[in-house]
Amino acid sequence: MSRINLDISLVERARRAARGIADGIEPDINASTTTTIERTVLRLLGINGIDENGVPLPNVIVEQAQAAGILGDGIAYWIGSAMVHEGQSAAEVARRIARGDLRLEEIHPADEKAVREAIAPEAARMCAHIKGRRLERERLIEELDAATPPYIYIIVATGNIYEDVTQAKAAAKCGADIIAVIRSTAQSLLDYVPYGPTTEGYGGTYATQANFRIMRQALDEVSRELGRYIRLVNYCSGLCMPEIAAMGAMERLDMMLNDAMYGILFRDINMRRTFVDQRFSRMINAYAGVVINTGEDNYLTTADAYDHAHTVLASQFINEELALRSGLRPEQIGLGHAFQMNPDMTDGFLYELAQAEMARAIFPDAPLKYMPPTKYMTGNIFKGHLMDAMFNLAGVISGQTIQLVGVLTEHIHTPFLQDRYLAIENAKYIMNNARHLGREISYRAGGEMERRANEVLTKATAMLEQVAEIGLMSAISQGMFAGVKRDPRGGRGLDGVVKKRDGYYNPFPEIFMRELSSPAFSPKLWRVQAQAQAQAQAKTKTKTKTKAKVEAPGPMQAQAPVESQAQAGERMDSGALPHVAGGEGGCGR
Amino acid sequence: MTVSGVNLDLTRVRPYGDTLDDGWVQMSLTLPVPSGPEATRAAEALCEKMGLDDVRVVYSRDIAGTFTFFVVYGKCVHSVDFTAIKVSKVNMRHMTFDEINEFIATCIGRKIVVVAACTGSDAHTVGIDAIINMKGYAGEYGLERYPWFVAYNLGSQVPNEALVAKAIEVGADAILVSQVVTQKNVHIDNLTNLAELVEAEGIRDKVLLIMGGPRIDHELAVELGYDAGFGPGTLPSHVGAFIAQELARRMGVWAPAEKA
Repeated sequence: MSRINLDISLVERARRAARGIADGIEPDINASTTTTIERTVLRLLGINGIDENGVPLPNVIVEQAQAAGILGDGIAYWIGSAMVHEGQSAAEVARRIARGDLRLEEIHPADEKAVREAIAPEAARMCAHIKGRRLERERLIEELDAATPPYIYIIVATGNIYEDVTQAKAAAKCGADIIAVIRSTAQSLLDYVPYGPTTEGYGGTYATQANFRIMRQALDEVSRELGRYIRLVNYCSGLCMPEIAAMGAMERLDMMLNDAMYGILFRDINMRRTFVDQRFSRMINAYAGVVINTGEDNYLTTADAYDHAHTVLASQFINEELALRSGLRPEQIGLGHAFQMNPDMTDGFLYELAQAEMARAIFPDAPLKYMPPTKYMTGNIFKGHLMDAMFNLAGVISGQTIQLVGVLTEHIHTPFLQDRYLAIENAKYIMNNARHLGREISYRAGGEMERRANEVLTKATAMLEQVAEIGLMSAISQGMFAGVKRDPRGGRGLDGVVKKRDGYYNPFPEIFMRELSSPAFSPKLWRVQAQAQAQAQAKTKTKTKTKAKVEAPGPMQAQAPVESQAQAGERMDSGALPHVAGGEGGCGR
Repeated sequence: MTVSGVNLDLTRVRPYGDTLDDGWVQMSLTLPVPSGPEATRAAEALCEKMGLDDVRVVYSRDIAGTFTFFVVYGKCVHSVDFTAIKVSKVNMRHMTFDEINEFIATCIGRKIVVVAACTGSDAHTVGIDAIINMKGYAGEYGLERYPWFVAYNLGSQVPNEALVAKAIEVGADAILVSQVVTQKNVHIDNLTNLAELVEAEGIRDKVLLIMGGPRIDHELAVELGYDAGFGPGTLPSHVGAFIAQELARRMGVWAPAEKA
């Protein structure tokens, strides 16, 4: 039940407009594939690794196919044809193609049915693997998760994955629930995914499958130690959205940043490329049980947070609609927004809270991602710490789900270890101290907060209806989002958009969408959490901190490290998990 | 100069806590050792080496079992000679939007062309957008809005070569480069590279080369061979006024008034 009165008819109109907007780009999404989608198909068929020049094998093969003009058939069709004729596995023919022993354009096209029969077991193996990882997560959450939202989300970004591990573990022990590893600057513009563990990066650490695995393993260790499941986040944005989504699915990442328009507006990636890529990447996220985080907070880093609040809401509606079309459930759609108003503004907190309550009311099932003040952080760490406290208060009162905790030294440097500790301490203090304050509050009918929320909703609805009328691509080219104008033929990556030919074959969307629409695929993890949340809210105890479980859980699926990435689908060994019994550990104990 | 009725010796300035010359400073630090009396003593010893007397660890806290965070007070034994401090600052007189436009119209008589970008791997356009884009920052319009400026904002992750090529193409009077990411001093390499390129292309004396960013100051700019460096808190009018005045000065049509 919403605490703030909104004009529900406007919400309905906005959603209808968002559907119209998505309808407008749907034909292009369906008619096209991209180089990164085809590379993803190869990765999902277990083809990974690099050649002697360090180029990832999926890139080597897809570049050959594109040069030969056959990518529009789907790389799976040609790999399948080679498998039929050569009698070898996908990984084997891929290695031969990459080495040049087998030339793609010389492969004889095989019968479609035979291709499907050859590919099906390989695809099924990867699907089973991803579902296995998903089940692992659900079990771990069931056994360990004791956190209640807002989840404390903390960023690490040293450039060195091993240093990141040290910082992530320390942050988890201080109370972080979610660890995000920030990517190296400009990775979003690389048209390949770097390979292997990395120790050098600028402003962050490269997203590689090996790095994902290293961090996941470290966080699993610390989860067991603390008796609390620590979630891992990375980015599937940029020119390799679906490839990174696939890596995240294989390595059990829990959340991925995935926005339908961010790359277009803020990284000048071609809009057609982005729209096509986001669809497949989100299908993978959906199938893997990943929660996506959208990037609406970015609208407010330059635009004024009060004047442009409606652009955030409009984008949330669009992101929601496009996510639903990729098979994501509302519980997996972490729509983004931010606490970015000028701190000198009279009643700024009132307006921030009004907008946070508005988002909560409009998207009741979404695990909303709330971003901290950054724009007006000045280097005055003392005032910055207070601004972060106000942000945390707004987050806990309005029931946000994912709270990206602000750090007092924002604007100065990537956080020191102690900065993170102080930030988490701030969040935990406020979220505990004001835990149930929100449910005692109802906002005055006809009051300023209600007026403000409806004003933002009205403007967003009008904007969406206008966008629906002219089409999303022209709206973006006219600068309607973030004041940035992008040409449908401009930006990076358009050369990687390929028209599908008749008989195009990619086995995965079919499998994903079929299984996702089946009721048996219900995401248990979110059901369990919803129950925990409801129970926590039902309690009216003054002491609300849930004691972490200390009993040893039953045997769980252990995740074996991937020895051969080419055979990622075969490593579902199970075994008893060594469990370290203990309390929460952490700060000041 | 007197403080609290006492004559202040500007050649020996020390921190002010609550009494002149008491030297008190406040700081926080983390040591990679587990908390306990030994850790506290280690922090005290370290602070003494840093030149603090009467060191007081007022707070210490274990972080993750392997680190200890400290809040420390101490009296600084050092002092500085304030009279000997010299800082190179961007030399300009502040002007408003209208004053700048009028100044250009009168003194220069043509529009000033600037090209701007966030170059290298840096993807953060917040700074350059604030200075250049129409909407500007903190209530001030960006240079695009100035009728007497023609501003090209090339955006982020622009190769230095592309920025220089654009400057040559449009006959720019000024090149503005923004650098936000400074991890491992990546900005220094990139800024040096840009200065070298401008030199190599033979346009160094034709353009004002200007850098900006949260960790940039004028001293760094001068050191790297730039004409000016703008740090945090810079507004579009600061940059606009500098460009207009410096250009007019170089053209010999205007000279800054002598300071009284």
